[in-house]
Amino acid sequence: MILKHYRTSFALIGLAALGCATTLGPTSAWAAEEPKVLIKDFMFAPMSLTVKAGTTVTWVNMDDEPHNVISDAGLFRSGGFDTNDSFSYKFDKPGTYHVTCSIHPRMVATIVVE
Amino acid sequence: MSDNQSLLSRRNALKCMAYGGAGTLFALSGGVFTPIDLAMARTYDESKEGKALGKPLFVQISDTHIGFNKEANPDVNGTLTQTIDIVNGMSEQPALIIHTGDITHLSKPAEFDLAQQLLSRLRTTELHTVPGEHDTTDATVTEYFNRFGKASDNKGYYSFDHAGVHFLALVNVLQFKPGGLGTLGQDQLAWVAADLKGRSASMPIVVFAHMPLWTIYEPWGWGTGDADQLMSQLRRFGSVTVLNGHIHQIVQKVEGNITLHTARSTAYPQPLAGEGAGPGPLKVAAELLPKMLGVTSVDVVKHPRSLMLNDTTLA
Repeated sequence: MILKHYRTSFALIGLAALGCATTLGPTSAWAAEEPKVLIKDFMFAPMSLTVKAGTTVTWVNMDDEPHNVISDAGLFRSGGFDTNDSFSYKFDKPGTYHVTCSIHPRMVATIVVE
Repeated sequence: MSDNQSLLSRRNALKCMAYGGAGTLFALSGGVFTPIDLAMARTYDESKEGKALGKPLFVQISDTHIGFNKEANPDVNGTLTQTIDIVNGMSEQPALIIHTGDITHLSKPAEFDLAQQLLSRLRTTELHTVPGEHDTTDATVTEYFNRFGKASDNKGYYSFDHAGVHFLALVNVLQFKPGGLGTLGQDQLAWVAADLKGRSASMPIVVFAHMPLWTIYEPWGWGTGDADQLMSQLRRFGSVTVLNGHIHQIVQKVEGNITLHTARSTAYPQPLAGEGAGPGPLKVAAELLPKMLGVTSVDVVKHPRSLMLNDTTLA
């Protein structure tokens, strides 16, 4: 029981460290493979992101207000997700993808897939 | 010093205007609608002014956000229940209840179920709804329509008559343009034109939709991009009342015979336009929230035939 508990703790610390790496260093290998877009203060950060085809992008909600992520071209539509929840989508094909939050349509961002 | 104090009190007064009361009661008085804050409704019932206002026609409840559990109000079920108690406590029950959207916070089935369960305690059983953008965030946009779509054949917008008043329930949360405001859309606008065609200009009209049908603050999306096309259809009528929610505070505008009015939320306040990062829940100290909910008063219209609406919030 105790061992298991420790293992869980380490896993959490590991996740936290990865989370820090993505926010502090966009050049880290992990961040390049699994980029995160933070939603904070009713904005996507970054508002523009370039990734390679086949990359999964994850949006994480840091606000006290639910958000969603919708592709303008109708490619995908997340459900609403609340504080600290996230949504991921894998971009398979190259192209320029505009996304918005339908709850707050002023929130817009662009994902360029190479 | 005194300037500072007066600035401070003005600021407080403005802030207080953002804090919600329980809901809004509308009474038909001399052919115009007068909103009365529910917190004061019982008092007015017993006053001479209250009698002069006539029979209550309907109550508007808005932005109940069932499922919200953050610091700004950890007990939205409780504040909705209080609202319902106030409505149920009115000596004369309104004929119908209008909910102007954001019934739920995250469009979850359990949130809709709980909201319906809570609202079923209303003594007035006739409930008319429109969806808010929080009610349509499920990936398939079906939860709201499964429950409330019947009245409109799943279009969301519909009309009905009650006591000689024509009601239009409109939807402006389904066709967002990125970077823009809410949208009614050409299909709905054409339907409104057909619905109003041939109707007597003397018939009072009530329009309700979730997002404001005029631009209150564009950077936060507080408005409807094609609302002008709706207003041009409404101008020929002698008495038009447009009721919205969405911004969790009262803002009013009178334009000729058209009175536009946003309702408070029963769940949590939002900041004044442009104050802070965005239109999220406004946190106040837990012990302050019920006090803020309880301090609202409303000026009663003295000349019933004038279209003068006053919602004044006092600290």
